[in-house]
Order: sequence, then C-alpha cells, then structure tokens
Amino acid sequence: MNLAYFLSILVFSPLLGVLVLSFLPRTQESLIKTVGFLATLPALVLSLIAYFQDRAGAGLEQLNEKVSWIQFGDSGQLGNLFSIDYELGLDGFSLIMIVLTAVLSTLAAIASIHIKKEWKGYFMLFLLLEVGMLGVFAAENLILFFIFFEITLIPTFFLIGKWGYYEKENAAYSFLIYNGLGSAVLLIVIMVLFARTGTANIDALMAAMNADNPQLVAPISENMKMGMLIALLIAFGVKLPIFPLHSWMVRVHVQAPPSIVMLHAGVLLKIGAFGLIRFGMGIFPEQFQSLAVWLAVLGVVNLLYGAFLAFVQTDFKMVLAYSSISHMGIVLIGLGALNEAGIQGAIFQVVSHGLIAALLFFLVGVFYERFQTSSIQNLGGLAKGMPITAGFLLAGAMASLGLPGMSGFVSEFMAFLGLFKEMPILAASGTIGIIMTAVYLLRAVLGITYGKAHRDFAGITDMKKFEFVPVLVLVGLIVLIGVYPSVLSEPLTSTLETIMLGIGG
Amino acid sequence: MDLETLLSYEWGIMTPEFIILGVATALSLMDLFMPKSQSRKILGWVGFAGILAALVSLLGLIGHGPESILFDTFRLDSFAKAFKLLLLIGSAMVLLIAIGYEPNEGLEEFRGEFFYLFMAALLGAMIMSSSGDLITLFVGLELLSISSYILAGMRKRNLHSNESAMKYVINGSIATAITLFGMSYVYGLTGTTNLKEMSGFLTSIYNEQHIYLLGLAFFMIVVGLSFKLAAAPFHMWAPDVYQGAPTPVTAFLSVVSKTAGFIIVIRILFSIFANAPSGDVQGLPMILALQDYIAFLAGATMITGNLIALRQRNIKRLFAYSSIAQAGYLLVVIASMSLFMFDTLWFYLGAYLFMNLGAFAIIQHVTHKSGSEDISQFAGLYRRAPFLAIAMAIFLLSLAGIPGTAGFIGKLNIFMGALVPNEGHYVLVSIMIATTVVSYFYYFGVMVQMFFRPAADTGKVKIPAALTAVIGTSLAATILFGIVPNIAFDFLQGNFNQFTDFFQ
Repeated sequence: MNLAYFLSILVFSPLLGVLVLSFLPRTQESLIKTVGFLATLPALVLSLIAYFQDRAGAGLEQLNEKVSWIQFGDSGQLGNLFSIDYELGLDGFSLIMIVLTAVLSTLAAIASIHIKKEWKGYFMLFLLLEVGMLGVFAAENLILFFIFFEITLIPTFFLIGKWGYYEKENAAYSFLIYNGLGSAVLLIVIMVLFARTGTANIDALMAAMNADNPQLVAPISENMKMGMLIALLIAFGVKLPIFPLHSWMVRVHVQAPPSIVMLHAGVLLKIGAFGLIRFGMGIFPEQFQSLAVWLAVLGVVNLLYGAFLAFVQTDFKMVLAYSSISHMGIVLIGLGALNEAGIQGAIFQVVSHGLIAALLFFLVGVFYERFQTSSIQNLGGLAKGMPITAGFLLAGAMASLGLPGMSGFVSEFMAFLGLFKEMPILAASGTIGIIMTAVYLLRAVLGITYGKAHRDFAGITDMKKFEFVPVLVLVGLIVLIGVYPSVLSEPLTSTLETIMLGIGG
Repeated sequence: MDLETLLSYEWGIMTPEFIILGVATALSLMDLFMPKSQSRKILGWVGFAGILAALVSLLGLIGHGPESILFDTFRLDSFAKAFKLLLLIGSAMVLLIAIGYEPNEGLEEFRGEFFYLFMAALLGAMIMSSSGDLITLFVGLELLSISSYILAGMRKRNLHSNESAMKYVINGSIATAITLFGMSYVYGLTGTTNLKEMSGFLTSIYNEQHIYLLGLAFFMIVVGLSFKLAAAPFHMWAPDVYQGAPTPVTAFLSVVSKTAGFIIVIRILFSIFANAPSGDVQGLPMILALQDYIAFLAGATMITGNLIALRQRNIKRLFAYSSIAQAGYLLVVIASMSLFMFDTLWFYLGAYLFMNLGAFAIIQHVTHKSGSEDISQFAGLYRRAPFLAIAMAIFLLSLAGIPGTAGFIGKLNIFMGALVPNEGHYVLVSIMIATTVVSYFYYFGVMVQMFFRPAADTGKVKIPAALTAVIGTSLAATILFGIVPNIAFDFLQGNFNQFTDFFQ
C-alpha cells in the first residue's frame, strides 16, 4: 500500500462528492442522496484500513505527512521560526476519533434521506462539514487544527439555519456566536503560543512549554500559561459544553435536523473534549494539574444540572439535549481525576456518548418522520405501533444510563473509579447523577414506549430496511465496546502513556 | 536646473506614472473630440489597457534597485514598487466595474469624465507611494482627493450623489488643512521638506520644547490622515459618501483610496517620526512612544465600524462600516510596529482589495437594476444566480476572516505581528478578535438573505463580461491566497527584501 498522502486523501475525500454533486441537476433527489452517501464511504474505508493497520502493529508514524506551507517573514533570517507546515498525523486517540467521525458521517448520510428540500446544497455542506471534522483530528499543528475547526462552523451554521425546524435561524445564530466567541478565544491562545515560540507544531510546543530552558522568541510567564489554559478551557468549554456555556447547544439539538444532530452530538461536541486533552493537558500539564479539582467540580455540576433538567422536560429532544450535557460532565470528571483510569474513562465516554447520542437522535429522526412530533406524551404507546423502533429506543436508553455490557457502563465506571481514588467526596456526590440518569431516561423512554396512546398507529410502518442499517451498526458498536473494551483501550495505550508522562502520574 | 541635469535623471523609473498620465490626457482629449452619440465605454477599455501597460512596466522595474530622482522627491524603493502594484491592480478592477456600471438615470454623457478622473486619482496615489518629499506627497494627496470629490458627485441628477460629493469636499478639505498644518510645524523645525533630511535633522533635536512641538505635529498629521483612512472617530463622512457615490466610486474609495491613505501614513510617520527622540528617559523614538495613540485609534475604529454595521440595512452603508472596521484591522498592523509590518500590511491590503472589489462588483450588479440598495435585494440570490451567491458568500467569509480565504491568512498575520513584541498588544488583539466575531452577524446577515430567504424577483440574472472578469479574478485570488498564501509571501521575500531600503 502506498502511504504517501494517505491522510490527506482520507481527510479530503468527501470533497470528491462535493465536486460530483456540483454537476448534478438539483431536482435529481435520489441520485443526489446516493452520491452524498457514497462520498462518505472512502473516508470510512480508509479510516478502517488505518485502524486495522494499527491493530496489526504497522505503526501510525508512517502515515505522517509534512509539506511546508506558509513562511512568515524572511526564512533566511528566521530559519524555521514562524513557518507553518501542512502536517497531518495520527496517534491512537485521534485515530479513534477519525474512525468515529467516518462511521457517524456515513450513518448520518443515511439518516439524511429524511431531508425534504434542496438536497444538493444540503449534501455539499454536509460533506464539507465532514472534511472539517476529519481534519480537526488529523491536524498536527494548532493553526491547521484551528482552520479545520472553523471549517466545521460554516456548514453547520447553514445546515441548521436552512434545514432545521421552526426556530432554526435563531438556533443557527446562537450556534455561530457562541462558537465564534469560543474559537476567538482559542485563536488568541494559538496566536500567543505561535508568536512567542515561533512554532505551531503540537509536539514542538509540548516540548517547548515543558523544557527547563526553552528556546522562545519572547518570554512566556507562568501567569500567562495559566491564563492560556483557562482560555482554552473556555474555548473548548463552549464546544463541550460546560455548564454556564451550554444554552446554544440545547437550541441546536432541538432545532437542527436529526441527521445533523447525530454529527453534532456525536462528533462536534467531542472536539471540545479532544482539544482539552490534546492541548490543555498536553501543552500545559502543570497548570492543568492545579485546575484539576475545578474541572472535577465543573464535571459534577454538569452531570447533576443536566440530569435534573432532563428530568423535567416534556420533549424527547430536550431530554436528549440535557442528557448530552450531563454525559459530558462525566468526561470532565474523568479529566479532573487526572489519573490513568479517569482519563481513559473520559476518552471512552467521548466515543461511547458519540455512538449513543447518534443512535438516539437517529431514532428521533425515525419517529419524527412519521409523527412530526418528539413530545413524550404525543408519542405514547409507541411499543404498540412500532415495536421494533421502541425496542431499539429502549436499548439506546439502557446504553445511555450505563447498563453493564454496553459502552456507557465502561466509561462511567472508569471515570468514577478515577475520581474516587482522588476525591472521594466529590465522586460520591456525583453518583447521584448516575441515579438521576437512570430515572430521567426511564421516565422518558417508558413514557414513549408504554405510555398512554394518544394516537392511532394504524397505517404507520415500523422501521424501513435502510433505517435498520444505522441502528444495527450503532447498537453493534455500543455492545462491542461494552463487552470487549480492548477495541478502544489498546490503540489508546500509547496516547495515555504520553499524557501520564506529561502530568507526571 | 539646466537641461543637462534634467536629462541625466533616470526617468525610466517613472514609466508607470508617465503611462498613466499619458492615458489620462489621451482619454480627456478623446472624450472632447468624440461625437456625442458614440458610447464612451471604449474609453474605459483604453484606460484599462493603459493600466495594464503601467502594470507591465512596473513589473519590469521590480528588479531595479532603490533609486531617487528630482532631488530625492521621487523615489523608487521596494515600498513604492510593492504598493504601486496594489494600486494598479485595484484601479484596473475598479475600471472594469465602472465599465459595467449602468445607473438608472444613465451616465452616458459623463462616462468619459468618469474614466479619466479615475486615472488622475490613480496617478495621485502612485505619486504618493513614491514620494520622498512632503511637497510631492501633498500634491499626490490633493490630486487623489480632488479627483475623488468630483467622482463622488458623478451622478449629477441624483440627490444622494450630490450630498455625498458635498460632504466629501468639506470634510476632506478640513482634514487636508489639518494635515498641512501639522506638516508646517515639521517644516518649521527642520527647514526642509525632504523626508530623509528631516529624519536626519530630527535625530539631533534635544530641546524639550521642540520635541513637544513635534509631538503636536504628529497628532495633527495623524488626525488629518485618519480622515482619509476613515478611522474612528474621524469616520463620520464615510457612510454618507459611500452610500451616495456611484458604486464604482465607492469601490474605489474603499480600496484604492484607502490603500493610498495607508501609504501616506507609513511614508510620513515612519520617515519623520521613526528617528525623532520622544524625550522620555529610556530614549524611545517618538513613534514608539506614541504607539499607544495609534493603538487607541485602531481599537476605536474596529469597535465603531463593527458595532454600527450591525444596524445597517443599506448594503453600501453596511460596506462603508465594514471598510471602517477593516481600516481598524490595518491600523493594528501599524500600531504593533513589528518586523512583519510591511509584509502584513501589503498582504492584508492585497487580500482586502480582492475580497472587497469582488463584493462591490456583485453589489453593483444586484442593486442597480432595482434601484434599491436594501439588503433584501439579495434575497434568494442563490436561486437566481448560484454563482454570484457563492462568490459573494466567499467574499463575505473572507472579509469575516474565515479559514480557507485570503482574509484569514491576512488576519493571522496581523495577530502574529501584534503578539511578537515582548509586551504583546493583548488588548488590541482581543478587541480585534472580539469585533471580528461581532462582524459575523452582519456578514452572515447578507448570506442569510442570499441563501435562506425566498426571492422576490425570480428572473435570471445576466452578468456583463467586465463584471464577470472582476468577480472571477477576485474569487480566484481570494481562494488562492487563502490556501497557498506562500505564493504572495515568496513574491514579497524574493523581490522586496524586507523593505529595508525604505529607511535608506
């Protein structure tokens, strides 16, 4: 296998679909949908190849790419300083995120069959969004990371604003402004680092920031480092979202079309966690340690706040939105624990919640398509009319509340294990959240499946053939991770070692 | 001066200026002698060809070392070459926009004037970029300004256009007077108008009172020139003038005239004040000691421009405020005074040239048919003309500084320059980034119109060839410099050698 440009091809392969789509007439609905779906496949295949190559011990370093890209100032005078390379690379963590992105993109493309209008524009933006998401995880330097990060912003804005529900434009604007501010803060940190060290490469930065006598262009004080870490926390906190910064995310979850929410909840929110682990922990390990307690506290707050609000919602989409906030609390708890179990739990939770949220939102799409509602009350008695859908809904809820044997259990268990070692009291209060999770999910799901029927289910078809594909794949992956966590933990070993080395654990 | 000295000058370095002067003269004569019934559009194409010829001759001069003639009043250094390149490209595109300009009430009888006034204004701007003397700088400035005043009032039967010209003349003259007053102090102190001699003389002033006087001159010059740049709080004229002036003139003012403004600011501030002592204990040069005032100007401009733009419904007013905001970003470059200053300024002005002119070409086309300039005219543009809508979207994204476009690389460059000095300009950078996010609101507002709103008029849009050329070039450049910016940076490094000859 020729590995030159493997990652570039992987990341930019959806663009091929954009190109083909631009030549199609916009009325050819089924053709456009097929092309849109097919265009997500190359990335999926390539990412799986990378995954299995890695499992076979081929080593991910051989995939690294580096081409010199921008040189600011005079290279003769400045040498390598202030140059930005186009560099892509993978480690275990980003490999997993790329596989997750590719899988969810393909499944979301299937879910996009429910899209009702302007398929051409929809799929072009959809594929552009996929490029952005894949690029974020493959980027080896901060500027490239930021570029891909921003590239996800624009298509998402349009996808929400044009194809969403009733209050779509408000949701799109609030998405844009919150995330715009988040990335503004992120950009400040990136530029300060770049201007002061002369490099944006993540590994070089890690080395430069943690060396005893670093070679810097301009000094960076300890306070500045702390300031930058807090800024990173805010930037990625908007994305994740962390408690006071979450309101945009609820709106997006409710207003965006389900196929986009699958990607949004499944991948886009995870960029926040990815960034915190990769940059927060990687570049500022010392400062991260002193903030760990606060992270854990924020995590418990997120967990409880999300859980209690999810409990009182009457709309299933709202339940899921707050449930996402609550589950992201577990990521923070794991990070706050700052030991191997905790961090591993956080990463597991990132993947696991990505799959579960995608599954549940796909199901929302399935019954929204049939009933034009996602209100728990209005959907009551679903088990009678659509037994299969109802069954999968129950399975998704079980995974989400952390039933042993499914992925949610593994991640929550590890995150809490980590926290109990470090801060038992905080962890104990966090467990209330776990109980609440079971309560609100069962309330909502049982309300839908076995609740009092308000409608006649005659003439409603249960899941169609194509709808089985995403559901089965997702449930399969959730169970696979649940019973055989090594599929995730083994690729992560080296990443975790690096992180633990950095924070001196 | 006898004939021999006159002939001994290397006049070749003035070739681009001579070509523009010749074409401007030829155009005015042709306009005079052409029969009334004949279309004047041909004059536009002649002017365009003239600018291209000047461009070619300038490219021929690029390898030419620094040289000055006419007792150092006209100099050809890297700075002059690099920025003339921008002026010429910008004017060529403005001329194309002007060729495609068809206002409701017709412009036929004045169209000829239109073209040669553009050439005259361009000549003024070029002289400014090559000036080594306050006199030539001022003459260039006046040539540019006076031509622009007439251009703004070119739609003679349109009320807004008249208002615009009137406001521009009055505000512009006051600004010029203030600048001139400031210059007179420097002249009084040094007894020369030559920038190089001035700078040499000023290094050796120690008298507290003289330094104070020089500071006063600095402020007056900065205030006067801020009018030209439309920097807050001296921006009030811009929205009215931009709105009333014919669209090609608005495009000219927002791009070429603004570039010229930055040229004169750099020429004056960094020649005169770079070496003058500020009188403080650390012996900082005056320009560094007064850096914070420029920073303040930059911050105020970014905030004012971006915030007021939020409330605009008229697309030309919106772009007036947007260009005020962009001037603020450019002032950040000057305020940070890093070693990347010239590169950054050049790159951002270049990126701005393409994205803004591309947008203006589309604005002109969309608004001139209906006569209304409300942003609702853009509703459903994606349905009517997908190419125009996507091109406009890319220009707007570039103006907003979204990655993948030249605007982003330009902003990255600005941030870097502002953060490199030991005491980084954190506040300024924070303001710039925050106001950039604010700008998303109005730039995306136009996109919402184009993509989300249904079209009022479903007729297909047909674009004249001249406008297509502008939009196509701008689009290509905006994307190209966004994805492979090194083309531009390599060009800068290869030909202008860090602009070191600016200070020689």
